[in-house]
Amino acid sequence: MTEKILTRNFGRADSHTLAVYRETGGYKALDKAAAMQPAAIVEEVKKSNLRGLGGAGFPTGMKWSFIPRGHTGPVYLVVNADEGEPGTFKDRYLLERDPHALIEGMIITARAIRSALGFVYIRGEYVEPWRRFSTAVREAYEAGYLGRGFDIVVHRGAGAYICGEETGLISSLEGLKGWPKLKPPFPAIKGAFGAPTIVNNVETLAHVPHIVNRGAEWFASLGTKTQGGTRIYSVSGRVKRPGIYETSVGITLRQLIYDEAGGVAGNGRLKAVVPGGSSAALLSADEIDVTMDVDGLKNVDSMIGSAGVIVFDETVSIPDALVVVARFYAHESCGQCTPCRESTGWIYKMARRIAEGHGRKEDLDTILDVAKRGAGTTICAFYDGAVGPYISYIEKFRGEFEALIPRA
Amino acid sequence: MPRLTIDGKPIEVPAGTNIIEAARLLGIEVPHYCYHPGLSIAGQCRLCMVDLDNAPRPTIACNTQAADGMVVMTDTERVRETRRSIMEFHLINHPLDCPVCDQAGECWLQIYYMKHGLYDPRMVDDKVHKPKAVPLGPHVMLDAERCILCSRCVRFCDEITGTGELGIFHRGDHSEIGLFPGADLTNKYSGNVVDICPVGALTDRDFRFQVRVWYLDTARSICQGCARGCNIEVHTSRRRPHHAQGRRVARLKPRYHAEVNRWWICDEGRYGFAFVDDASRLTFPVRREGQAVHELLWDEAIPAVADALRRHQPDEIALLASPKMANEDLWAVRALAERLGTARVAFRVPPAAGGDQDDLLIRADKNPNTRGAELLGLDGDAAAIMADLRAGAIKCLWIFGHDVLHAAWPPAEAFEALTRAQTLIFSGTNASSVSALAHLVLPAAAWVEREGTVTNFEGRVQRFRRALDPLGAALPEHELIGRVLATLGAPVSATRAEHWFRALAAAVPAFAGMTYASIGDTGQMVSP
Repeated sequence: MTEKILTRNFGRADSHTLAVYRETGGYKALDKAAAMQPAAIVEEVKKSNLRGLGGAGFPTGMKWSFIPRGHTGPVYLVVNADEGEPGTFKDRYLLERDPHALIEGMIITARAIRSALGFVYIRGEYVEPWRRFSTAVREAYEAGYLGRGFDIVVHRGAGAYICGEETGLISSLEGLKGWPKLKPPFPAIKGAFGAPTIVNNVETLAHVPHIVNRGAEWFASLGTKTQGGTRIYSVSGRVKRPGIYETSVGITLRQLIYDEAGGVAGNGRLKAVVPGGSSAALLSADEIDVTMDVDGLKNVDSMIGSAGVIVFDETVSIPDALVVVARFYAHESCGQCTPCRESTGWIYKMARRIAEGHGRKEDLDTILDVAKRGAGTTICAFYDGAVGPYISYIEKFRGEFEALIPRA
Repeated sequence: MPRLTIDGKPIEVPAGTNIIEAARLLGIEVPHYCYHPGLSIAGQCRLCMVDLDNAPRPTIACNTQAADGMVVMTDTERVRETRRSIMEFHLINHPLDCPVCDQAGECWLQIYYMKHGLYDPRMVDDKVHKPKAVPLGPHVMLDAERCILCSRCVRFCDEITGTGELGIFHRGDHSEIGLFPGADLTNKYSGNVVDICPVGALTDRDFRFQVRVWYLDTARSICQGCARGCNIEVHTSRRRPHHAQGRRVARLKPRYHAEVNRWWICDEGRYGFAFVDDASRLTFPVRREGQAVHELLWDEAIPAVADALRRHQPDEIALLASPKMANEDLWAVRALAERLGTARVAFRVPPAAGGDQDDLLIRADKNPNTRGAELLGLDGDAAAIMADLRAGAIKCLWIFGHDVLHAAWPPAEAFEALTRAQTLIFSGTNASSVSALAHLVLPAAAWVEREGTVTNFEGRVQRFRRALDPLGAALPEHELIGRVLATLGAPVSATRAEHWFRALAAAVPAFAGMTYASIGDTGQMVSP
């Protein structure tokens, strides 16, 4: 069993307080980081193979290195705590149970990217995480960790999935409608308020103090060849013990479901798994011997995304599940790009009509064709995320859909 | 200057040029909705996709700057297929109400569907319903169902007028354009959002339902609303007079000029043409004797004017020209003054209220040709003329268009002056309190009914073209003055506006060397 790193204190009473964080070695990485050149911190994180844990899985150290050299104006660090991917609830635990880990990670990251101001954008529905984190920020100011060359602004979102997309988040932070921005320019060049900006996920930054403390080789050795460390899997749906599980990213989906989460609930027979949040393509029961790292899931044409695992037992109707997912994407599309705005609504209507028994035999191919035509044509990855379920639900369980379509 | 090839054709463009503009220079149209050269890049419609030789999938041309060595393909199978898809997405929730839509005939959904769509519709589900016929302000009507959410109108109000009345509200396929709470689309340039709306979502409240656009004729013109001289098109309805209750001028549209008005015009200029087809137009010459009013033919009116002028000593005659007159008319006025031997010529009548001005287009001087009138040497003292008329020193006054009873002058004194004139001649387009007092009234053609030039405040001489025949017997002022001159025995060879312009260009150094051909479509600056 892998050593718990991010979740090591989750079982302790008052794990969210500064006192407990310090007792268990918290804020020790700061001294070590203070003795390192910013470039050395970036290098260390690059070597650790830490990859973004919010969804895209981009190598974190490389992202940091995109800040233009010699830039003299402000640089912002933005923490994406807008955890909205259906099936994902790990950042919530981190904010509630170990908020100081994020603060320490932010202070070190700020040194690496030469930022004096960080924003933490917390999902509007996350009231308790926001309270806990705000209290921790106050403690950190009082203890002198913050306010000496680095400040944190806590900002609450207003409830839109698209504000978890990094440039949508920046728009929202700027006071605008949460519309993703055209790239180029990328945020590292021109981000929040026009300044170079690094946007990182909560869990990603919570790893940083440990990498500084124990070294890149140690961190890299916890994971696979292309991704270091552990990560927190959110497991929900038809499992016996739903919850969060921190393990090496080298764990297989089968191990996660059966060894960690206690196996399949419902009728006990596995039908399918969403491996990485609702935007990840569905895996059928015979596709679960994959490692749960970025490349492991890429190899089966799905994605690890935010590591939100949703388990379907055999009693789950895939067409009904598609209606739920399609309704979500139709509701959350920001409406900016035409293909996404129009086809999320259209596909939802078709999926619902099929599930209600009014499908036409050409509808399935229309959904597949519309999904494929829109893929890759939009400003952000939202629509590509919607396409994952549209296509995989139908292609892998086509018979179940066809059974619902009345014969002429 | 990056060199690139587009569809195999090489071109060099200034740094920063995007692929849509670079292709345009080669005569290649990259279809687009949200892109507008006068606004920021939105990248939302996703129609302008092109292939770059090194890209795994099509790229939007609007947000891609031309780069050295770039190879762009605008017509690959993949690009055509992408356009077809994007057109389908644009149209699935569109009401397809072209038969009752004002935009039909100039709608980019129609144009691009025929060019790039032509798919078989697959959408059988209920469309999203949104508000229809929503007045956004005095000039603009919104049909949210027709809107393709390109955000051009929103960006116009944010970036050009800075008034920010419009926003996009809600999300996904329920997104719609609307006014922010408490706002109305009352900025001075609101009509431009109708021009830049590529579909029938924003229509012009003045123009809508008047006439189908395919019955319109077009003439290049210059707005006469202020000293800016915005380039416009005059759209006229001559072939279906019953469609708009006889209204001949259907609408004015801005015409791009890089240095004068770019893509825009103000609302005051845009809607300032109602006088052209108004019932108050003067359509035949009139002689008034006491209460009696006699309609005249020109063959009677011209000698009557000449006789009246002959009856007075030169220093008893004054000519009050107007900065609303074209250069050609003003030169004819000057020729008349010289023939009559009077130096009492002026054009400046102070307006009753000061005009507004801004940093975009609108000028405080609401006359199109003040600069021209100055350059042509007509800048006498109009107040002195009115005083001398009242004092009896001037006995004959010819007023060109001015309503001197509604100027900044005390109306009672002006009225007294006019009533003391032994001969009051008025020429102009519309009846007014002054024409009602005149002994001879001469109907003038409106600017859309004739050729001419005006000189804007920067000294740019620009041509306007004839879009319509003059109403009734109305004549261009240079022509009716020319006929008077001929009757007075002057050697007048000019009959057309262009002849008068040639004469003034030969005589006035500021216009030296200028011809209608050299003025062209972009105008020409006067010599300093």
